[in-house]
Amino acid sequence: MPFTPVVLTTDALLFLLLAAAGGYAWYARRREHLRAPWRQVARSRLGMMAAVVLCAYLLVGIADSFHLRLRIAQPDAQAAVRYSPEVLSLLDLATGHLRDAVEKTYSAPFAATLYVRETVTTPDGTVARVYPRLRHAATHLDDPERQRLGDVLATAATGALQGIALWALAVALLLYGLARSGRARWRTVLRQVARDELAVPWRLMLITAGVLIAGAFMLANLSFTYHVFGTDKVGQDVFYQTVKSIRTGLLIGTLTTLVMLPFAVLLGLVAGYFGRWVDDLIQYLYTTLNSIPGVLLIAAGILSLQVYMANHPQRFESFAESADLRLLFLCLILGVTSWTGLCRLLRGETLKLRELEYVQAATAFGVRHLGILTRHLLPNVMHVVFITVALDFSGLVLAEAVLSYVGIGVDPSMNSWGNMINQARLEMAREPVVWWSLLAAFTFMFALVLAANLLADAIRDAFDPRLRSVP
Amino acid sequence: MSETQPLLRVEDLHTGFGVEEHMVRAVDGVTFTVNRGEAYALLGESGCGKSMTALSILKLVPMPAGRITGGRVWLGDEDLLRYPEVAMRRVRGRRAAMIFQEPMTSLNPVVTVGGQIAETVMHHSRLSSAALRARVQESLSAVGIPDPERRAREYPHQLSGGMKQRVMIAMALAARPDLLIADEPTTALDVTTQAQVLELISALRDDTGMALLLITHDLGVVREMADRIGVMYAGHIIEEAPAAAFFSAPRHPYTQALFESLPSARHRTAPLATIKGNVPRLDRVFPGCRFASRCTHAWELCETHAPRWVETGAGHAVRCHLADPAVTRPSPVMPEPPVSAARPGSTSKEADRQVLDVRDLAVHFPVRRGVFKRIVGHVRAVDGVSFSVRRGQTLALVGESGCGKTTAGKGLLQLIAPTRGSVMYAGSELTRLRGEALRRRRAELQIIFQDPFSSMNPRMLVADIIEEGMLAQAVGASAAQRRRLIDTLLEDVGLPADAGRRYPHEFSGGQRQRICIARALAVRPSLIVCDEPTSALDVSVQAQILNLLKRLQSEHGLAYLFITHNIAVVAYLADTVAVMYLGRLVEEGPVEAVLESPRHPYTQALLSAVPAIDSPGEQRIRLGGEPPSPANPPGGCHFHPRCAHAMPVCRERYPPVVSFNGAHTARCFLYE
Repeated sequence: MPFTPVVLTTDALLFLLLAAAGGYAWYARRREHLRAPWRQVARSRLGMMAAVVLCAYLLVGIADSFHLRLRIAQPDAQAAVRYSPEVLSLLDLATGHLRDAVEKTYSAPFAATLYVRETVTTPDGTVARVYPRLRHAATHLDDPERQRLGDVLATAATGALQGIALWALAVALLLYGLARSGRARWRTVLRQVARDELAVPWRLMLITAGVLIAGAFMLANLSFTYHVFGTDKVGQDVFYQTVKSIRTGLLIGTLTTLVMLPFAVLLGLVAGYFGRWVDDLIQYLYTTLNSIPGVLLIAAGILSLQVYMANHPQRFESFAESADLRLLFLCLILGVTSWTGLCRLLRGETLKLRELEYVQAATAFGVRHLGILTRHLLPNVMHVVFITVALDFSGLVLAEAVLSYVGIGVDPSMNSWGNMINQARLEMAREPVVWWSLLAAFTFMFALVLAANLLADAIRDAFDPRLRSVP
Repeated sequence: MSETQPLLRVEDLHTGFGVEEHMVRAVDGVTFTVNRGEAYALLGESGCGKSMTALSILKLVPMPAGRITGGRVWLGDEDLLRYPEVAMRRVRGRRAAMIFQEPMTSLNPVVTVGGQIAETVMHHSRLSSAALRARVQESLSAVGIPDPERRAREYPHQLSGGMKQRVMIAMALAARPDLLIADEPTTALDVTTQAQVLELISALRDDTGMALLLITHDLGVVREMADRIGVMYAGHIIEEAPAAAFFSAPRHPYTQALFESLPSARHRTAPLATIKGNVPRLDRVFPGCRFASRCTHAWELCETHAPRWVETGAGHAVRCHLADPAVTRPSPVMPEPPVSAARPGSTSKEADRQVLDVRDLAVHFPVRRGVFKRIVGHVRAVDGVSFSVRRGQTLALVGESGCGKTTAGKGLLQLIAPTRGSVMYAGSELTRLRGEALRRRRAELQIIFQDPFSSMNPRMLVADIIEEGMLAQAVGASAAQRRRLIDTLLEDVGLPADAGRRYPHEFSGGQRQRICIARALAVRPSLIVCDEPTSALDVSVQAQILNLLKRLQSEHGLAYLFITHNIAVVAYLADTVAVMYLGRLVEEGPVEAVLESPRHPYTQALLSAVPAIDSPGEQRIRLGGEPPSPANPPGGCHFHPRCAHAMPVCRERYPPVVSFNGAHTARCFLYE
């Protein structure tokens, strides 16, 4: 094999989470009361638009989670097979041209030259301070000043056309699928979608997807000949960093939830259901935890992990692994500090449900505590869980940025929006200002958080019984 | 006479909800007139559109979900539906005021009672602050609230339910309206409080001569209050008559069936007449008579042609083909009384054996205060109650809300841990059982709850709900056997076989209660605690459930502990009665003895407060005041502050048990 797969811990957890979501979807598919609120989510226009955007992020995140190590070419066939110590992901393979395209230092988006002047000695012996040409961008242009605009437009147009072609294919597939499942003629389905007559706002979703796909192809096409978002201080492509940061943001948002849920759900239900000293104990636990500043806990956790990693370098095979451990640890600590809110909500909800008559009826039947907790209480608090998880996600993505900025976030070598912003901080003070790093990180993070918030709103509208018109 | 002058004229009123195709026509062509000074009652079951009619009159229909789509409403000579919102605000309160069913939510909890009344008064007239205060106190004392000066400064949560409803009435009457619309004004209140409030409304009407539009489902209240009655069914009025004619000779089959389905002592030996099915949904167009599908007299014409509004003389009118002289019935058989599944209730008193013996049961809830949650007192919800239930018989536990009857039921089932006392069931002491032993015993004691909507997990299929108890109690060896059992049970309680594969929310209230009964039966209990199982249901559906309970009792030899406040149901169903007041039993005995010759003054007052359909205008014993709090019961006999016969000894100690001819006992010094 030309490569060996590497499964990092966070990869495994992410796949576990995806499998759990898939399992839930399969389970809910046949249960009307579980399907109904999701169907309502599917009817929300903004929510579904946001879902399409999130899907795009998720695809990038998943592509960045298949890790592998390439085989190092051997001079002779008899030597033992050796693999490169560098752990790469599928996304890295696809964006290899960006990863290796390192300039000397800053360059602006679409620039053909560096952002700083250098002293060069011309062949005739004079010394001049000029903006040197970039090594990996716009090299095919003889006179960038004149040719660049036309070339950028042409490349972008080609990319957009490719994107639209792919989109059209996807639309055709979707229509075929809809026609199959609805037992209708695809022409009818096409008309319905075009006129937006179906319950699910397919037209809006398709337009969103179209814009996203075309945009992605444009950027990808341009990235072969330009640094579309410029380069940073050490000359790395900002576009590459931004895209690589998607996985970090997603993981922080989702894995933290995975860590937090068991604590919050179990303790919340148990506290509310059993009451008395169990309740007192759990309440005491979360009030204490809540009154310690979260940042302090996180700082303590991350710093001690750093010490541990510095003392035991032999335990980690690669940089990627140690960075991954730090990410996981960050998720863990964020989870530990953030379960209290949901736990409190669930305790309150359970206190209310415990007095309901179907719970008492179950007690009167002699159903065991575990049965009551799993069959009667848990399913009836799931809406709180869904709403909280959806709302928390965006908060966690933002928290990562803040923590990395303070220096207790993910590993500095790991691509993340927080690290990008942290590095861009100093560049903001330069004259002329270097704005692209900050703007790129901000835009991508903003789009993700906005989409997550919009979807969370749609989910809350569908799940919150107080907002529901018909019980 | 000036009294026949019409005050409110509603003409062909239509109010709908939702969009065109799925529009729910809550009010669908309602026409009636309320004369000056008259009390007009709109009678109907839940979902027939009577509340919506009231809201439409004052244009209070929740917008934009619902809208008034047609008709006219004349108040005097004002066409209300043409008025803009600004003008309506002048009409509401001043010309026509409204009081609602739920006094708990109609008052603003953060404004004092006096402040809320003052606000209403100020809205209609400008007064100086001293005059305003006097006016507020005047209106509070007019509705019979003692110590109005103090009460005016209190907040709604400091008042009892009856007191709040009085405040609502005071607010409604602040501007001396010509018309008072009362939407189920006493449904949320206890029967003795209901009597007080009804009496108050009658007295105020006598004083001010205002007209009353009373909306209710309670035939007893109608009998008490109304001069004329309109019966609403599925969005329109199907019968209208003066009170006397209405109660002596109802014409519409629905009205007749309503009277027939009322439980009472007279019906004890036979099943109650029921109206089959449920009130139809109002989201469709009815080609024929709306009652046809449930009517025992219906023939083809009823399905296809809507009946005319037929005047049958003396202000009596009815919407029925039977009363229409222009319609001839194909086979004029005598209208037989609507009777379902005629099966005489078993009166056999086989095996007069006790199944349950409760001795000195008490449930106290600690009241905790302060940082360390010190116990500063106890709410004595149940305070030393003793009774026994015999096999195949029904003991009714009667009392007003807050008297501890539900707590007693849950306490004996060990759903709430009793503070002291013993519950002997089949030779074992339930209060001492723990863990597995108690769990196994639970199959034999079951409970049916009041609210059929919250007593089933909305996220489980009906079959799973019924199966849950069977699994916990290991009834039925295999899944297939259990499924067969569930099918039998569903059939037994009168539900279709496919009910098991549906969710609870797909069923109506009565059907849900049937599912709850099937669930309880699934574990083969010998005693079922029925906690007000019919109080959330309509009269016609209540009759179905009572019949079902009675049939199951005779078939399975079940014993019931029937917790209720409804005396008519007691008379129909119970073998023995225990009357509870403030956590203690005040009277106990065979049903005939207690209901015919009640001994304890509280029982007497309770029975007398029930509005009777048979004998209106009877002299009533009115109880003053409100039930005291069980956290701080009065010394001596708990009832003495409200008792007309209280003696000095009543304040000193709790009366002992006095026995009258055998099983009939009471706790009162009057008979010592």
